[in-house]
Amino acid sequence: MILQVENVQKSFDGFIAVKDVSFSVAKGELCSIIGPNGAGKTTIFNLITGHLPLDKGRVIFNGIDITRRPAHKICRLGLGRSFQRINIFPKLTVFENVQAAVLTHRGQSLNFFTSVQSLFRRETEELLAMVGLQDQRQAVSGSLSYGFQKQLELGIALACEPAMLLLDEPTAGMSARETNATIELIASIARDRDLTLLFTEHDMAVVFSIAERILVLHQGQLIAGGSPDEVRANPVVQDIYFGKARCS
Amino acid sequence: MARQNWVLIAVIVLVGLIPASGSRFYVFLATDILIFGLFAVSLNLLLGYTGLVSFGQAAFFGIGAYTCALLKKKAGITFALAFPAAGLLGAAAALIIGMFCVRLTKIYFAMLTLAFSQIIWAIAFKWNSLTGGDNGIIGINFPQYLDSKTRYFYFTLTIVTLSLFILRKIVNSPFGRILTTIRENPERTEFIGINVKLYQLLAFIIAGFFSAVAGAIFGVFNHSVFPDILFWSASAEVLIMTLLGGMYSFFGPVVGAAVLLYLRMQVASYTEYWPLILGTMLALLLFFFPGGIVGFIQARTPKTANSK
Amino acid sequence: MFATGTSPCASRKGATAREGFVLMSLPDPSFLIIQALNGLTNAMFLFLIASGLSIIFGVLGVLNFAHGSLYMLGAYLTHQCVSFFVDVPGYFWWAVILASLAVALLGGVIERLFLRRLYHREELYQLLFTYALVLILSDLAKLIWGTDQFSVSRPAILKGAVEIFGQYFPKYNVVIIFLGPCIAFLFWFIMLRTRWGRMIRAAALDRETLGALGVNVNLLFTVVFVSGSWLAGLGGALVSPVSAIVPGMDVEIIINAFIVVVIGGLGSFWGTFLGALIVGQVYSLGILVLPRLSMVFIYVLMVLVLIIRPWGLLGRSLQR
Repeated sequence: MILQVENVQKSFDGFIAVKDVSFSVAKGELCSIIGPNGAGKTTIFNLITGHLPLDKGRVIFNGIDITRRPAHKICRLGLGRSFQRINIFPKLTVFENVQAAVLTHRGQSLNFFTSVQSLFRRETEELLAMVGLQDQRQAVSGSLSYGFQKQLELGIALACEPAMLLLDEPTAGMSARETNATIELIASIARDRDLTLLFTEHDMAVVFSIAERILVLHQGQLIAGGSPDEVRANPVVQDIYFGKARCS
Repeated sequence: MARQNWVLIAVIVLVGLIPASGSRFYVFLATDILIFGLFAVSLNLLLGYTGLVSFGQAAFFGIGAYTCALLKKKAGITFALAFPAAGLLGAAAALIIGMFCVRLTKIYFAMLTLAFSQIIWAIAFKWNSLTGGDNGIIGINFPQYLDSKTRYFYFTLTIVTLSLFILRKIVNSPFGRILTTIRENPERTEFIGINVKLYQLLAFIIAGFFSAVAGAIFGVFNHSVFPDILFWSASAEVLIMTLLGGMYSFFGPVVGAAVLLYLRMQVASYTEYWPLILGTMLALLLFFFPGGIVGFIQARTPKTANSK
Repeated sequence: MFATGTSPCASRKGATAREGFVLMSLPDPSFLIIQALNGLTNAMFLFLIASGLSIIFGVLGVLNFAHGSLYMLGAYLTHQCVSFFVDVPGYFWWAVILASLAVALLGGVIERLFLRRLYHREELYQLLFTYALVLILSDLAKLIWGTDQFSVSRPAILKGAVEIFGQYFPKYNVVIIFLGPCIAFLFWFIMLRTRWGRMIRAAALDRETLGALGVNVNLLFTVVFVSGSWLAGLGGALVSPVSAIVPGMDVEIIINAFIVVVIGGLGSFWGTFLGALIVGQVYSLGILVLPRLSMVFIYVLMVLVLIIRPWGLLGRSLQR
């Protein structure tokens, strides 16, 4: 097990956003968390990656208890993440965005006197090629199209060479075609790099086509989990999740 | 890159030729500009590069000036030791003050730096037996080997050039790049594995060090130190210099310092209403030239390759 | 050397004069009460001014350095109006009303014509614009009224003093001490019980949603800035009989008002009230204990609050 989440709980002003959630993810697995808006998916990601302090429970990554560690240390242990809304360095170029992550990963971020300009050029270019941004390298990232920014987001996350990646809605706001292309890309990178993936996704077709295991979250609680077929067949899930989705 | 370095060397040589003009006025003005240029660039490491609005940078400038003056005058320590000590004490003060300040963000960071600098001002202002209070410290002489305005000018030119060289190395280094990612998006920077608060603190210490160095040169240059250099309006003034020159360019703040100090010198000879002119200038700048002078020029000239 | 280098002088003179006076009469307990009442008077002035600063920050998110300048203009304009209307009965009160309204109008002009264009920019630009106003308004005041010191005499009915434990305390100060809570209550009432108050409180929390709900946020911002400016002008107008009207009073008050709102909590109404009480008493009683250090102490207090509770004693904690 690469990630173990045990009895995690979090409340905001008395509202329980995540309630006693436990699950684990095996190495190399493609796992998805689904659930209606406000089910607590992003909060769980924020709790795992140290973005929010949790009230109760434990998080263990690669055998190390990361429960109260600061976000930057968790990232250095090899647990990367991307964000639901665009979260890049808008005034820097695409190249500089990814390069910053590469040089941090290579332990050069406290280097005060080497010129940064051509540092790790090859590594950075490789990453840009991997996420399909080689032609945009000199563009100011804030001026890119939404789809490109999402790809850049992925590039930054990959630059840290994580063993496991948490992707929060990697295709949010994309057209159907873009969504498929992005998912293809993510799945192929995960296969090539032996990456463990945990992602949230609103597009059920996507989830059921690529996820090996699906966790269903409802009102802060984990109500089901298993293979796509098991989850599809689960009456509870059908009732509260698909029933609701069809209504709205 | 290479071409820019030749331009810089040419500028340094030209500045070095100012005493040859025989004008005491220009030597005085050039020394002043160099000092405040360094002060503004060190502030800009926080403002333009790290995205931290320090509203109390005058504290470190003042600490440098007072340390150098007091060590020289009260402790009889030679300038050669008092001068570096001033820089180090500035850095130490920045370490202590910075530890508290970097925990806050945005306007609260600005308020806390302002509050700390006011404490230091109040101490300098009230501790008569040490700092001379309102009367300041006067009669700080040039060291013997720098005993003329021209010699002191060359000393200032050397120190400022060296400091700017180091600061430029730093902003073009991997560390400098991380500072810009913090400015752009501290949250994302945390998630590429950076301890953001630590890097902000390091930037704060470096800025404190060079501000104190500038202050130490300033005190001896004027032969006196008064609490006014610590007051919050002094912090505001160096912010204005930085913004006037352009906070997204390394040498912008030097340009800002030069323009502001030159104008003040000129204006002072025929009107006492300098604040009115400065205020109007600042307002126009904010509305019409938010990138400052250098930003304005850069936007209007075609980009040459991608040299920084 | 520095553009506004003269500004610390104002606080300087006041402090030393008070220290000398205080040290002679330290042992008398009734004097302590008078000193506390003086502190309370100052606290009420501080409250008037700081509450304007606080509401503007709370709703517009702008830390207004020029707030002290508006206060100063309130005082100068009161002096001006008083000299116009000396023959009119109750002229002082007319002057206070006119001066504070004129300042409110100026605030409206500043917000509509200038500040509005900077809302989408970084905080630094707003901060420095209000600082530019400080520089401009202070020199304009010098151009109009010169550098001489002015004073306004107290209105006739409030001229004498009342006796408290054998000490004399000016009637005018008594009125101020009662006026402070009245205005506090009025504001509290407006904020909690009226539609405008509810909208202002909502705008402080979430301005986008409010706009989406069809509230005219632009107008709301102007109204808030105008009322904040009016409070600054009113503070300046009411302080004119008890404090000298001099250049530099703008910078002196703005720092104290900052301290008040930071201690109480930026944007918190009752916090501002508490902050004003604390700062007023530290200045008037702290001077008895440690005359040299009271000024340092007040800044230390501000630093401590920012370190321990950055959102202030009664402020709302920001989501972390």
